[in-house]
Amino acid sequence: MNNFLKSLFGQTKPSADPENEAAISTAKPPSGAQDITRPLSPHLDSITSISPIRADFPQLQASCYQSVGKQRDHNEDALFIMTSMLAGNERQFPFGIYIVADGMGGHQHGEIASEIASLTMAGHLLDQVYRSQIRTNPEPPETPLREILAEGVIKAHEAILENAPGGGTTLTALLIVDNQMAIAHVGDSRVYAINKDNTLHALTRDHSLVKRLEELGQLTADEAAVHPQKNVLYRALGQGEPFEPEIITALAPEAGHLLVCSDGLWGLVPEITLGSIANTNPTLNEACQKMVAAANDAGGPDNITAILVRLP
Amino acid sequence: MHVQEDSLEDQTTTRNFNPGELEDQGSQLKPKTLLENRYLVERALGTGGMGAVYLARDSRFSVTKYVAVKEIIAQVTDAALREIMVANFEREANLLASISHAAIPKIHDFFSINNRSYVVMEYIRGKDLESIVNENKENLSVQQIAIWGIELCDVLHYLHTRSPEPIVFRDMKPSNIMVTPENHVVLVDFGIAKKFQAGQKGTMIGTEGYSPPEQYRGESSPKVDIYALGATLHHLLTSIDPRDEAPFTFAERPIRQLNPDVSIEFETIVEMALQYNADERFKDANAMKEALIQVARQGGSGYHAKGTAAIIRDYEIKPLWDFECEDEIRGSAVVQDGLLYVGAYDNNLYALDATSGQFKWKYASEGGIAGTPTYFENSIFFGSEDHRVYAINALSGRVQWSYSTDGPIRSTPAIQDRHVFIGSDDEHIHIINTTTGRRATKINAGSPVRSKPLIINDGLYFGTENGDLFFADFNGKIRWRANAKRAVTSSPSINNGVVYFGSLDGQFYAVNAQTGWPMWRFRMERGTISSPFVTDQFAYIGSADGNIYCINLQTSKEAWHFSTGHQVSSSPLLHNDAIYCGSVDNNIYCLDAKTGNLRWKFDTGGAITGSPTIANNILYIGSLNHFLYALPI
Repeated sequence: MNNFLKSLFGQTKPSADPENEAAISTAKPPSGAQDITRPLSPHLDSITSISPIRADFPQLQASCYQSVGKQRDHNEDALFIMTSMLAGNERQFPFGIYIVADGMGGHQHGEIASEIASLTMAGHLLDQVYRSQIRTNPEPPETPLREILAEGVIKAHEAILENAPGGGTTLTALLIVDNQMAIAHVGDSRVYAINKDNTLHALTRDHSLVKRLEELGQLTADEAAVHPQKNVLYRALGQGEPFEPEIITALAPEAGHLLVCSDGLWGLVPEITLGSIANTNPTLNEACQKMVAAANDAGGPDNITAILVRLP
Repeated sequence: MHVQEDSLEDQTTTRNFNPGELEDQGSQLKPKTLLENRYLVERALGTGGMGAVYLARDSRFSVTKYVAVKEIIAQVTDAALREIMVANFEREANLLASISHAAIPKIHDFFSINNRSYVVMEYIRGKDLESIVNENKENLSVQQIAIWGIELCDVLHYLHTRSPEPIVFRDMKPSNIMVTPENHVVLVDFGIAKKFQAGQKGTMIGTEGYSPPEQYRGESSPKVDIYALGATLHHLLTSIDPRDEAPFTFAERPIRQLNPDVSIEFETIVEMALQYNADERFKDANAMKEALIQVARQGGSGYHAKGTAAIIRDYEIKPLWDFECEDEIRGSAVVQDGLLYVGAYDNNLYALDATSGQFKWKYASEGGIAGTPTYFENSIFFGSEDHRVYAINALSGRVQWSYSTDGPIRSTPAIQDRHVFIGSDDEHIHIINTTTGRRATKINAGSPVRSKPLIINDGLYFGTENGDLFFADFNGKIRWRANAKRAVTSSPSINNGVVYFGSLDGQFYAVNAQTGWPMWRFRMERGTISSPFVTDQFAYIGSADGNIYCINLQTSKEAWHFSTGHQVSSSPLLHNDAIYCGSVDNNIYCLDAKTGNLRWKFDTGGAITGSPTIANNILYIGSLNHFLYALPI
């Protein structure tokens, strides 16, 4: 509101009207913001009013790590990460794409399906979202983000049907555009927000039968952990009829970390351990390696993939 | 003697079955295979993970007698385990041989050959319900579904009352139900052997859909079948296959929204059968059957039913008072300190006693008043089609100031920090000091502004008739612009960093409030000038397609819609747990906010384009028949 008052009255002729003066004083914010120096001219004022919401430079950082695990002989997980920053006089535009795909065992071409899914989605997001920003006076894409992500999932699904028939995979794609976050999600890979107190908050919901039973209170967490069908998904790419993908759009958390990972990580390492690794390691690369190592220390029965994103 | 044509075929082409020939353990029997020197396989009727079902001829009869031969292959290498499976199979075959019901195929014979076991049973002609529901583009007859449901309850009741142990079918679903040419149902693919699954590792896919939650804990009581029958009826009534949806989400697809022909009573029966907790379902199949019989008697369709569940009480709503203006009321009222203010197309702004409807004062502008008046510190602010903005003393009705724009005003003023923000058809937003009536600034919008501006911390959002939604700072500098394809007359709302608005292009938009990036849109059948009411989870908006929509903001999908008889220009209002909204079909509606079910409606006798206002449990709504109504809620 401070900006509002400054800009409004910055343009109005100084008024001797006592009621007008009263208006200014009563509308002043109670504290804090008042001691900002008043701009000298409307021109300067307009510059302050386009300053970014976040005071510092809103730069994203990310790293990743992957392991085949200790009990498998090949890797069916695929990942893609890209972090970009466009900054100039008029804008600061942080941008990131983070994708994990976990190919399904017991199916043909699991490892091919996951790679196709990850690459198809990455290429689609670069074309539809990123390309339009690499120019002066960029405009947002005309198509809403949710539809762009949904198209990406359908494209990935079709690419698997065509190039790896019978193959199946999960696909979890996190897109960050400025303060906006969007997630496309199929299967049981996860996106977590990691809080400062090392707790994790899952942003995605597993498309898993057992998880659903647990949500309904029909299974306890302990029963779910040992349920014979705990690896059974009710949705996966490349399998069955096309379906409406799950898309989440929300504002990105103000700070902290986001973790994108396969079940080879979240199924083995307690959440609090993952949170503590993210918050205590100075470099993201180190943190990712330690997370993957923790899953291997716990037996490493599955492929392990971790992508860690530090928000500005 | 009549000789069947196919018995003339060269019998030497048939081979007795020797499983040793089958290297691949899962392979299917070829036509002409002879089993037990008696059953001549014609073709496979269907295959599954555990084997197949074949159509075969019983060669002991000289006439053509068809039988169905079901095969179960124990695909386990462990000999002991295989023996257990075969023993189980034989035990269950014996059990089935002891039962007799018109809706269960008769068992003729069974035998095992190595790891393959076979049951020979009555061949049922007809079509399975899954094919029937898939082949019907239109919904199936509700009455027919109720009758099938009764027959299915009957056979379940029979199975569940066998002694010493009830028999649980465990696999009720449309593909396991045959409808005979005589239109009776028969349960096929009897649950002789449940799929045997060793603990598998790694990510897998599986589809479920009809089974209740407790079945995954290994529980198998008759209530399992009641749930699966509920799931089957839900599939038949809605044509939505539960295997395509997340498990146990029937409650998210209310039947009557998808198929309005279904009665409340029938919907209630299916909902009860589908309760997560087995205890909350029907106590047995007979109880469910009795309930379905009641529904079938009513014809299955709710609009004939005079059930107790009908809670439409339009006859009960009587206005506390009404007030007649000299012309149409197109806008909405505002209530402050016991007084109600409303503008009319007779050019007047009226002040009435909100409790009694008694006239207090009126102020005549020189044009129609389309927007809603706004109260601020003892003054009423409104725009008129005479191009002016007025500030009127709220108690005396005397004018304090007026301010001229260069075009008619249809926008509703917003007030923030002692300034009036109002759009005009002169293509500007005017920002006017509330006390002095002097302009602070104006913002060029490029086309008429009829929506109410939305003001937040550092700027304002407003729609234009050109189809833009602008975010401007208070200097008038446009920070971003989001495009709709037609006019944005709908006033924007903001929640959690997202701006929501509707457009005449038929879309409801969600846009990032800081950057203007489009996040998602929701398509309606026609355009809208209604403004959304937004909560943390839902947005409610009317449309010219005649519907009032409730949109889930997380999924961007419709939670429900309610069809009125005409365009909905009115903006929905959420009060407690109900949505109130008017329609050009003359009615003001009260809907359950969760389900969209009608609670009551009131016919004003004239089209409603304005929006309801609620104060002290009284709803105020104006109508094009010149009247303003006060209704108790």
